[in-house]
Amino acid sequence: MKSVRFVAAVLFLVFALSASPVFAKDTIKIGAILGVTGPASFLGAPEAKTLEMLVEEINKKGGIKGKKIELIVKDSGASPEKAISFAKQLIEEDKVFAIIGPSTSGETMKIKNIAEEGKTILMSCAAAEAIVNPVAKYVFKTPQKDSYAVVKIFEQMKSMKLTKAGVLSSNSGFGNAGKGQIEKLAAEHGIQIVANEVYDKAATDLTAEVTKVKASGAEAIINWSIEPAQSIVIKNARQIGFKGPIFQSHGFGNIEYVKAAGDAAEGVIFPAGRLLVIDSLPKSNPQKAVLAKYKKDYEAKFKEDVSTFGGHAYDSLMILVKAIEKVGTDKEKVRTEIEHMKGFVGTGGIFNFSPEDHNGLAMDSFEMLTVKSGKFIVLQSSAKKKDAGTKKK
Amino acid sequence: MNTQLFFQYIVAGVTYGTIYAIVAIGFNIIYNATGIINFAQGEFVMLGGMIAASLSGFMPLPSAILAAVIITMIIGALIEMIFIRWLDRPSVLRLIIITIGISIIIREAALFIWGEGVKALPYFTGTSVTVISIGDVHLSPQVLWSTGISAIMVIGLNLFFNYTLPGRQMRACSSNRNAARLCGINTKNMVTLSFILSAGIGALGGCVVSPMTYVQYDSGTGLAIKGFTVAILGGLGNSMAAVAAGMLLGILESFSIWIMPTAYKDVISISILLGMLFIKPSGLFGSAEAARLKDF
Repeated sequence: MKSVRFVAAVLFLVFALSASPVFAKDTIKIGAILGVTGPASFLGAPEAKTLEMLVEEINKKGGIKGKKIELIVKDSGASPEKAISFAKQLIEEDKVFAIIGPSTSGETMKIKNIAEEGKTILMSCAAAEAIVNPVAKYVFKTPQKDSYAVVKIFEQMKSMKLTKAGVLSSNSGFGNAGKGQIEKLAAEHGIQIVANEVYDKAATDLTAEVTKVKASGAEAIINWSIEPAQSIVIKNARQIGFKGPIFQSHGFGNIEYVKAAGDAAEGVIFPAGRLLVIDSLPKSNPQKAVLAKYKKDYEAKFKEDVSTFGGHAYDSLMILVKAIEKVGTDKEKVRTEIEHMKGFVGTGGIFNFSPEDHNGLAMDSFEMLTVKSGKFIVLQSSAKKKDAGTKKK
Repeated sequence: MNTQLFFQYIVAGVTYGTIYAIVAIGFNIIYNATGIINFAQGEFVMLGGMIAASLSGFMPLPSAILAAVIITMIIGALIEMIFIRWLDRPSVLRLIIITIGISIIIREAALFIWGEGVKALPYFTGTSVTVISIGDVHLSPQVLWSTGISAIMVIGLNLFFNYTLPGRQMRACSSNRNAARLCGINTKNMVTLSFILSAGIGALGGCVVSPMTYVQYDSGTGLAIKGFTVAILGGLGNSMAAVAAGMLLGILESFSIWIMPTAYKDVISISILLGMLFIKPSGLFGSAEAARLKDF
């Protein structure tokens, strides 16, 4: 009797599982691989929240051309191994229309080929230029390229008359890619790298590293990471008495990092999209309306400050939605549409895609920001700010 | 390397070493009472830091820390009573797997309660940019707080184990459990007490280091590996040796950056762990003969 019941239960389960997709027939399945937990959670968590919020909003309005979006979020914990298996699962089993994410460059590079072979559009939320250079047919990315960020920082250093940089980076895909760009571009911008240290992405104390950088005679520190370690770098540098300016990558664009570093974050300079400094934008700025709405919706719903990372997810989904609205749900057509999309106003900047450029953002999508009284502000004319890093001393 | 740098590295090494020693001492206390390694020790540190950081919003810092330590001690006691106390002559392997399970449960619970972000207590004195300079060597006052509190903790533990009745009873248990029971010592209570003690020590450690290193739901795992290395390096069960071994490992790690990229810092501790386990499993300060008599 018992075994009969067991078999019946199993049969019922199998039936229930196989039956469920029937209800979901008229939807557009969009997968997302995001580092919601783990070392990249300051990226992945706002990205996942943003997607949920937007999908809910779109579905409430009746979906795209009457088709609702079915969002499948997979938490990779920023692990490339998990990203690979989720990508395969989403493409082969769930047969998703497109994948948003992953949050980090390391993961994206690992699944670039999987998306390409599976002929599935991948809208990466990660920064490394290597994701779109060389161009892969199905792979796009919405954050600004890291090479632009490096150039922005070097230009800022030049205007502050600094030439000796101590470089710190984490051993993540993002850190490695940024380090590579810094090494490649330093010479042509007249910047000398006097120290170049790679630390573990889960590091909790970097006193020894910053001590070495300080001893090398660096005038400024450039740190490239997305983990909480970037807050620790600033604290430790100030604690051992480093007084020069500290530059961070565009991975610093979450106010949580500033809160974590406390007073030490004052004066940190980094390039970022305009989402963080909406209030100081002129009304005429074409991005202002988009940014303000996203910020208002996000902060009202989740009661936390908006970050540029959530913005990358916003751009990824909205670009996809816009392309689907225009040409329907044929994957190939949507891909071609994205590739030729011009003038899309997103949170990261104005996107102008082309078959050669799957990022679509220009250098001017970056603004140089700094931290003042625990808030992000636009960095004013550079001459005055020469002592930006030491102001709090 | 000049002397200024030398001392700066020593300071960094002592900072790391203190954290490792605190975790290792927690391992040792439970090891002494039960003969097992409690792999949830790192989670006690995480819990202490997280609870104190959450409470510090509502109450002054000292009471938040005190409350966090007490809550973590209660959690430690509950864990022992629910998962371990009722087992009849459990094997070492079984107990170890239970503690690994507990550590996963605590981690997931912490993820559920606090989310994935990092938390930190405010600096005890000054802010994140306050610097104490001794000559050309600079350090954060929090380094003094954490080494000071750890030193007090070690002294306190020594006094407890040598001069109080429960302390002596615990030592009796660790020397010979059956003999201790024959003398009328309730060995089960001693095991509970050891969990309470090591939970409290871990939690206090988590509080003092959290301004510097932050804590998040999964901080415990990394700490447990380092703490375990230190406990093995010093010799399992010997808390004073753990302090020395902690400092040694911390200083080795901070100086290692001169010869290799710091991303490989963990390689040092893992190599030391493996080396010790192969060559002298009883530890630097342990006796090989005494180690042979233990189960584990």
